[in-house]
Amino acid sequence: MGTRLLEVTVNGRTRCDAVDDATLLVDYLRRSVGLTGTKQGCDGGECGACTVLVDGAPRLACITLAASMAGRSIETIESLAAAGRMSPLQRAFHEHLGAQCGYCTPGMIMSAEALLRRDRAPTEDAIRAALAGNLCRCTGYVKIVESVQAASRALAEGER
Amino acid sequence: MTIDATTPRFEFRRAASVGEAVQWLATPGARVHAGGTDLVPNLRRGLERPSIVVDIGGIAGLAGIAWRDDACAIGATVTLARLAADARVASTYPALAEAAAAVGAPAHRSAGTVGGNLCADTRCVHYNQGAWWRGAVGGCLKRGGDVCHVAPQGRRCHAAFCGDLAPALIALSAELDVASYGGVRRMAAVDLYRDDGAAHLALLPGELVTAVRLPPPDGVSGYRKARVRGSIDFPLAGVAIALRVGQRSIERAIVAVTGVGPRPVVVGTEAIVGRRVDDETAALLATRVEQSVKPMRTTATPAAYRRQVAGVLAARLLRTLAA
Ligand SMILES: Cc1cc2nc3c(=O)[nH]c(=O)nc-3n(C[C@H](O)[C@H](O)[C@H](O)COP(=O)(O)OP(=O)(O)OC[C@H]3O[C@@H](n4cnc5c(N)ncnc54)[C@H](O)[C@@H]3O)c2cc1C
Ligand code: SF4
Ligand code: FES
Ligand code: FES
Repeated sequence: MGTRLLEVTVNGRTRCDAVDDATLLVDYLRRSVGLTGTKQGCDGGECGACTVLVDGAPRLACITLAASMAGRSIETIESLAAAGRMSPLQRAFHEHLGAQCGYCTPGMIMSAEALLRRDRAPTEDAIRAALAGNLCRCTGYVKIVESVQAASRALAEGER
Repeated sequence: MTIDATTPRFEFRRAASVGEAVQWLATPGARVHAGGTDLVPNLRRGLERPSIVVDIGGIAGLAGIAWRDDACAIGATVTLARLAADARVASTYPALAEAAAAVGAPAHRSAGTVGGNLCADTRCVHYNQGAWWRGAVGGCLKRGGDVCHVAPQGRRCHAAFCGDLAPALIALSAELDVASYGGVRRMAAVDLYRDDGAAHLALLPGELVTAVRLPPPDGVSGYRKARVRGSIDFPLAGVAIALRVGQRSIERAIVAVTGVGPRPVVVGTEAIVGRRVDDETAALLATRVEQSVKPMRTTATPAAYRRQVAGVLAARLLRTLAA
């Protein structure tokens, strides 16, 4: 029924797109904006693969209506690498085998990114709590937790 | 792509004020959207077919927590993440902070709101499924069918209300402000619910919960839930207790249980008031809880387990609160 002009900031750039009122944020990001890093892993709210940051807080793009995002700032996995260099979290997941098939990884990393911004040296419990809604069917989670710990150490050593 | 090829589209409107929201909500088929974490999955599965979706997330007056001495008014769009992180809420109303922290996972809590949690739909393993799944069993009484797969001989829906905040707010004697096109009214939190899984809210069409009002605490409180995965799931049963213990014995106790039927159950506590908190009293409470709740097989977990675990949670929480 309704269509609107949606003004949002995606990865630091403000855009204006025509979207249907019933469009999901995950589809807006993947199809309208062309950012396919954000994944859809379930039929709604259960797996965390679609996690993005909205004004810095983790949100599930698959159960967020794009229309409700007017004026908000959205960050996706594509925002992390700068000038061809991966972020500390991305490097840590790469080096510490935090990713196997990789499907859950963008959501894992965005949830971990929100955590590390809040708490640069989280305990293992805090890491597990922050990633509680991100399901992985490959790694068994241990390597993921180790990756976040490695990123935390890298940040402490001043890596960027 | 939009939500689902079979889902009728809707018009999304962002309300700037409560007045605007209730005016739009007076339209038949209009639905409130707050965080959307309960509504949107249901839209995706074709369980809801609203004409208008009224977003209340932009109404400035609904997003605050206001204190007067030790009483508190919490706006309907305050998020669960904020509630769980608020130090004053945690020290004044532990049951509420614990319940907020126990909802879903972090991304549900950063979107999910107090009002949305109170008004979330009831749940059933035969209902919260995709359209093809429900189609294969011919729907059910709650939507699109004429039989209940949980109690096929009956004519009512037993889907369980699974919100975590409601039992805590009931135990803490909270009241709700409810606005509509016709005006504003106040009701006890416990009166928000009806014993019908297909129509579990006592709100009239077009009514909007705008705030939760909590009196100063009368004693201590807490919330415990059992779930399949500790990381994310809805409660199989969740128990809130508000307790005042005098020199020797329990002076006052309110016990409310969620996840075990269409509405939260308030458990009578006459049997434990006047007693000291010991193993016998805890066992008495567990028995009272088990007698009061009647979960039906609306989850993959057997109903008998949910009844038993509700009693165990209540007994453990009582001991913890009195320790
Ligand atoms: C995987 C998963 C796990 C979850 N786990 C839990 C859990 O453990 N515990 C739990 O309690 N919930 C859980 N939820 C459900 C949901 O995330 C929460 O209940 C959340 O608090 C809902 O709030 P919301 O603002 O997102 O509601 P919305 O989805 O915006 O609204 C929910 C319903 O309430 C109505 N509504 C919203 N606000 C108002 C208002 N102010 N006045 C009147 N009606 C209103 C809407 O019309 C809608 O019908 C889970 C959801 C998912 C997807
Ligand atoms: S309890 Fe029965 S009527 Fe209600 S949702 Fe489940 S199967 Fe449908
Ligand atoms: S795709 Fe969003 S939670 Fe699974
Ligand atoms: S790496 Fe495959 S799902 Fe996590």
